[in-house]
Amino acid sequence: MIPPAFEYMRPNTIPEAIALLQQHGEDAKILSGGQSLIPMMKLRIARPAYLVDINRISGLSYIKEERGFLRIGGLTREAELESSPLVRLKYPILLDTAHVIADPQVRNLATVAGNLAHGDPANDHPATMIALGAQVVATGSAGERIIPIEEFFLSLFSTALQPGEILTEIRVPVPTVKSGGAYFKLERKVGDFATAAVAAQVTLDASGAVQKVGIALTNVGPTPIKAKKAEDFLRGKKLDEANVRQAGQLAGDEAQPSSDLRGPAEYKKGLVKELAKRALSRAAERAGR
Amino acid sequence: MATKQMVRVKVNGRDREAQVEPRLLLVHFIREVLQLTGTHIGCDTSHCGACTVVLNGKTVKSCTMFAVQADGGEILTVEGLMQNGNLHPLQEGFKQEHGLQCGFCTPGMLMSSYVLLHNNPNPSEEEIRRGISGNLCRCTGYQNIVGAVQFASAKIEQGKMAEGVAK
Repeated sequence: MIPPAFEYMRPNTIPEAIALLQQHGEDAKILSGGQSLIPMMKLRIARPAYLVDINRISGLSYIKEERGFLRIGGLTREAELESSPLVRLKYPILLDTAHVIADPQVRNLATVAGNLAHGDPANDHPATMIALGAQVVATGSAGERIIPIEEFFLSLFSTALQPGEILTEIRVPVPTVKSGGAYFKLERKVGDFATAAVAAQVTLDASGAVQKVGIALTNVGPTPIKAKKAEDFLRGKKLDEANVRQAGQLAGDEAQPSSDLRGPAEYKKGLVKELAKRALSRAAERAGR
Repeated sequence: MATKQMVRVKVNGRDREAQVEPRLLLVHFIREVLQLTGTHIGCDTSHCGACTVVLNGKTVKSCTMFAVQADGGEILTVEGLMQNGNLHPLQEGFKQEHGLQCGFCTPGMLMSSYVLLHNNPNPSEEEIRRGISGNLCRCTGYQNIVGAVQFASAKIEQGKMAEGVAK
């Protein structure tokens, strides 16, 4: 399959890239990892007239803790997340997530920021970042603006990023003691999108009760879904079997799946319920229940 | 017609360059411009991994990348595995252990296994299966491919020990 013709540009700095994006407006797309964009271009679902390749911009690839946040650079690849000792040690939910995205070759190119900026509710990082209460940094001609992840996903393939803006950093609050998270995904085979998946992140107080909780769902609605009712239910409660089961039930009720090749809607709701239970139980274990 | 771009790459140790349309996929550049047809096009949709090549030490699916993106890079394709007329231990392993039947997935399997062994010379069976999880084979059931990678791992290890003795 041959993608439609386009003009190719390869800026070396963020200001240059922003200038090109502004000049060409809606006709331009950012080429980052390209692992979603190029397949869409081959299918002619996307036909940008200009591609702005940001891969040669230096200083955008990093994973570090600084001033209260884990900072993931805009060009950080999924494979880098997988091999990061810091992620392995302190952010196992991110490792869970990166591990189940596509396959090794795709993860060598695909970026974490692209997984968010693409705005596909079937992507995996959106739910994880919602559970973690992350923020994204959008850089445009007027400078940086911080967007809370909960305000980032507007509708199918649509995000709060403006044309002319680049997602340059993802910020995840550094977890306090007694925090843990997990991501559980059911896929038909390696590399498939989730039939459904659930991300859960919890912080427990000294008595073992839930102090902070984030739960979010993948591919069961037009955007990733924050399971607010399940979260509200759990706050102040212990993560015992009955409460985890009830939270799973509430999360399943909050899913808005449609029936497709991956299964009927009712099945997917049931799946969310089960995956939410597993994700919460693993999160609790990791938090040191 | 879009503006053509110069692509300069080192492929299997040799400098190559060409002016190409930006939309030219890396796999078409390798097969049609460089005439290296060992790299296969399987699904053309980023699933099967038959088009896997090594770019700057990492495996990529060359059907899901533009040739212009590889500019300045170093590429290893299946044609570059053989050294001084000798099969690479992985190629020998695929032959000895019957790691292929139709052979269509083999170039991609070899390149994924090559990087796997480079980063992890003694992988467990699970690590091998994970390492080749981006490559589909419809013939072998993967069992013999895992065996082939284990053969190569042992052979490379033996080679290193022999070298150590010689020194």
